[in-house]
Amino acid sequence: MSTVVYVPKDASALSVGADRVATMIAREAQSRGIDLTLKRNGTRGMCWLEPLVEVVVGSERHGYGPVTDRDVAGLFAADFLRGGAHPLQLGRVDDIPYLASQQRLTFERVGVIEPTSLTDYLQQGGYEGLRRALSLQQHEIVQLVTDSGLRGRGGAAFPTGIKWKTVLDTPAPQKYVTCNADEGDSGTFADRMLMEGDPFSLIEGMTIAALAVGATQGYIYLRVEYPHAERSLAEAIQSAYSAGYLGKDVAGSGRRFDLEVRLGAGAYICGEETSMLESLEGRRGEVRVRPPLPAVKGLFGRPTIVNNVISLASVPIILRRGAEFYRDYGVGRSRGTVPIQLAGNIKRGGLVERAFGVSLRELLYDYGGGSASGRPIRAVQVGGPLGAYIPASQFETVIDYEALSGIGALLGHGGIVAFDDTVDMARMARFAMEFCAIESCGKCTPCRIGSTRGVEVIDRIRYGIDRQQNLQLLEDLCETMAEGSLCGLGGLTPFPVRSALRHFKDDFLKPPTR
Amino acid sequence: MVGIHQECYAQTMSAVELNDILDEYANVPGPLLLVLHAVQRRLGFIPQDAVPYIAERLNLSRAEVHGVLSFYHHFRRAAPGRHVIQICRAESCQAMGSDQLAHHARQRLGIEFHETTPDGACSLEPVYCLGNCACSPAVMIDDELFGRVSPEQLDALIAACDDDL
Repeated sequence: MSTVVYVPKDASALSVGADRVATMIAREAQSRGIDLTLKRNGTRGMCWLEPLVEVVVGSERHGYGPVTDRDVAGLFAADFLRGGAHPLQLGRVDDIPYLASQQRLTFERVGVIEPTSLTDYLQQGGYEGLRRALSLQQHEIVQLVTDSGLRGRGGAAFPTGIKWKTVLDTPAPQKYVTCNADEGDSGTFADRMLMEGDPFSLIEGMTIAALAVGATQGYIYLRVEYPHAERSLAEAIQSAYSAGYLGKDVAGSGRRFDLEVRLGAGAYICGEETSMLESLEGRRGEVRVRPPLPAVKGLFGRPTIVNNVISLASVPIILRRGAEFYRDYGVGRSRGTVPIQLAGNIKRGGLVERAFGVSLRELLYDYGGGSASGRPIRAVQVGGPLGAYIPASQFETVIDYEALSGIGALLGHGGIVAFDDTVDMARMARFAMEFCAIESCGKCTPCRIGSTRGVEVIDRIRYGIDRQQNLQLLEDLCETMAEGSLCGLGGLTPFPVRSALRHFKDDFLKPPTR
Repeated sequence: MVGIHQECYAQTMSAVELNDILDEYANVPGPLLLVLHAVQRRLGFIPQDAVPYIAERLNLSRAEVHGVLSFYHHFRRAAPGRHVIQICRAESCQAMGSDQLAHHARQRLGIEFHETTPDGACSLEPVYCLGNCACSPAVMIDDELFGRVSPEQLDALIAACDDDL
């Protein structure tokens, strides 16, 4: 019987040579006359082990990694196809502590299946959520999602069910379901990993959302920086149409749902929901004034669901396993699981899906293994470029929307970027303002002008020019931006700036190192 | 009807091709970004003289088309080099030395960000997150993503761009 070998085709694995490894394995097998089936999975999210090669031995998957093309001949010599010993040997992949201790719900299939194989998807519980949804009334689906406690995983943490209810209750001849896949926050890659590793779960989630609110058209707004996800989604959508899971008769229900991917064009602001809608309509991604909410008057002026990839991809398992099943995970008002992404200066970077309630310390040290450089972790930025910098003294804080907001931080999309003790936090604060200036849509003055002035003021502080006055001016500027901007870009840029100033003020009081 | 200046397209895109693109998206809601993406995929940029024609066909003003074109970082209004090197400058990559990597790239290529080497081989562009943050620092060359990029590896990648004429 042919031995099955998995080599990921996730962009992150490819970026460190997975294709070369796959080619080399195929070549080596051929030259040795070995019958081998090469499958391409998504990533398990243990990115420091990529390329992670898995071999099916008996019914178990054994891992080797990180494998380079130069290791391949040695792996064959060590009889890795039968789980042979080798310095890169990791044992049973499911037993690797990083993975074994996770609670994979939304990411249950990611890295396990061949991403665009509908057969694989169906064998692993795929489309059972949709089947359940088809047996329910619209308001029952919405109620179930509300009861699950699911809150928007894009960053705003708004209860998903309540958003859906608004769309359901707003009568209109046309409604839309849109997926915000403009994952622009540094330190985040959960959306990408899911879209590449299990695209059908997103498609199924959107289909259920469409049934729930009576929408017939869906759009995935995907950032152009994700060409691999684009290909994966396109292939999966094509298969879903061919198999009757999309189109005019969804799974034989007589209900219609069409789905299309639309590409962004490199504007961070389009991750803001109203800006995304403008962009989907083919315009400049300028933020809209709310109200009206997109749920009432969204895409092309119609009631529209705007949900993040992870929110939508969590819906199938909620339908399949029930609201209580999902709600039983988590703490306080943060229910279910959340994919945390460990990035930056971290030894074991990757994705950790756990119930809410896990502490930063556990994530950074038990999972992350400390910094990549081996130096102490001085600060982490949680929640992307608009998230606060958190000092080591607050690493006991747990992942919970309310707990983070209690220390003046936010969870955002769940990215954690670690910095060691060589970081200059005044420089990071300056970068926050610089980034805001580059990415501002220009609609609100505090954001458009304030960000540029912010860079200048921080420079003056760093160079010791009227330092006290400029520190006061920076605080005033932050307040103006926070209170006077329509959306989170201008409104939240003060988070990294103020937190850097609060916890690392000394860095502002010495001249720039570079 | 705005006329297309056929000669301006001689080296880029024929009027027929542009028409084909516009025909394809004529009945799609909110088509402008789709059209611009299609033109850029074909040419690597969006020529200035295509703007009035696109505006006319989509029933938009030139200002609207120009506004969209200039809003999005991805759209180019001039031809890039044969290869586009994007270096991530966002926080995660900064934490792993992307500033030094960017400095190295500028020196190696002898150009600044948003510039193209005189031989037309490489354009250097900043990018803010490629979603490869667990393998920082990240670089994208054309459509190919690279992670954990060292200055030496970047040299090798740039050399491959130089060779690939």
